[in-house]
Amino acid sequence: MSSKIKRNVLKSMIIGVLAYMGAVGVPQPAQAEYADVVINNYADAAGMRPAVFPHWFHRIRFRCKVCHADLGFAFKAGGNKITMAKIIDGKFCGACHNGEISWSVENCAMCHSGNPGTPTHFHGSTVQRLIAPAYKPLQANDTKK
Amino acid sequence: MNQKTKAISFSCAVLMAAFMWNAQSHATEVGDKAAPLMLAEVSGPNTFNLNLKKPKSRNLPPAEDGIHDPENEATHSLQHPLEAYKGLPTSEFGNYVDWVKALDQGKLRPRWDRADPNEEPFVMDLDIVRPVKASVPDVVFPHRQHTEWLFCSNCHPAIFKPQRLANQISMSAILLGQKCGVCHGKVSFPVETKTCRKCHSKPKPADWQPPLSEATLKNPWK
Repeated sequence: MSSKIKRNVLKSMIIGVLAYMGAVGVPQPAQAEYADVVINNYADAAGMRPAVFPHWFHRIRFRCKVCHADLGFAFKAGGNKITMAKIIDGKFCGACHNGEISWSVENCAMCHSGNPGTPTHFHGSTVQRLIAPAYKPLQANDTKK
Repeated sequence: MNQKTKAISFSCAVLMAAFMWNAQSHATEVGDKAAPLMLAEVSGPNTFNLNLKKPKSRNLPPAEDGIHDPENEATHSLQHPLEAYKGLPTSEFGNYVDWVKALDQGKLRPRWDRADPNEEPFVMDLDIVRPVKASVPDVVFPHRQHTEWLFCSNCHPAIFKPQRLANQISMSAILLGQKCGVCHGKVSFPVETKTCRKCHSKPKPADWQPPLSEATLKNPWK
C-alpha cells in the first residue's frame, strides 16, 4: 500500500516536472544581443531572410566613426535603404565586405540570417520598449520559407 | 486510478498543512501587537513585478537569441558573443561589457580608419557640466570618451549645436530617441536606473535647494 502511494507520488512529481518544463519551453521573447539590428526593408519581399547587423561584433573591430561618419550610415535602423546593388558598388556594407577588408557578398546567409517575417527593428531599444508595440517573434509554423 | 487520486490529495494535504503552519506562525508573530494582517487577494492582472521580467540568460549564441533563424546554416557559423567578450571588463547592462573601459585598458583596438589599422583617433578632452533643474545630480558630459569612438560631425551640428545653452535636453527626449537618445538606449549604454549616475555624476552644490513649484509660489494660503 505505502509503496503504491510512494510510486504514485513519484508519478505525480514527474508530471509536475514535465508541466514545468512545458511552461519553460513556450516561445520566449527574443533575447538577442543589445544593439543587434534587424534590417528588413526589402529582404522579405525578395524572398530572402532579413539581414541581422550585430553592433557588438563590429564595435570590437571598428570605432563608430568608420561607419557613421566615413561611410555615411545614418543613426536609424532601416533608414539607410541599403540594397545589394549599393553594396556591390562599394557603398555601405560593401565598403568593407568586398573580399579585401572583410569577406565578400557571396556569403549571403551570413547577413541574411534573421527569422523570416521579422520587422526592421533595433533589439533592446528604449524607444521600442516604451512606445512601439511589443515585438513578438512569429510562431515556428507561421514562418514562410 | 483511485490510488493516484489518493496520492494527489495526500500531496495536496501536505502542501496545505505547510501553508497553514506557515500562516499560523506568522500570525502569532504579528498577533501580539496588532490584529492579523489582512491581505488582499492578489490574482490575475494584479500580480507583482509584472513589468520586471528579467532576461533568463545573457549573451545567447546567435542560433538561440530569437532573431536569428536557426534553420539557416550560416547562423551556426556566426560568432558566439561570449567568445568575443572573453577578457573584456564587464558591466551590468547592455551587452554586459564595459566598452569604454575596454578601450581605455587597451583590451580593444578598434580601427579609426576603415583600412589603416595605425590611424589614431582625434581625441578632445573637454568636460561639459550641465546643471539640472531637478534634484538629481548635475550632468557631466565627457568629450574624451565620445571622441574616442566618434567624429565631431556625428553629433555637431545636427544633434547638438556646438554652443553653450543652445541645446535643450530632457529625459523624455532622450527616452524617445532624440539628443543623447540617438545612441544611448540603442547602442551605447542603455537608459536604465542602473545607468542614471553615469551621466548624473556631479553632486549639487552644498547650498542647493530644489526650486519651488509655481503652484507653491502662487499659493495664497502659504
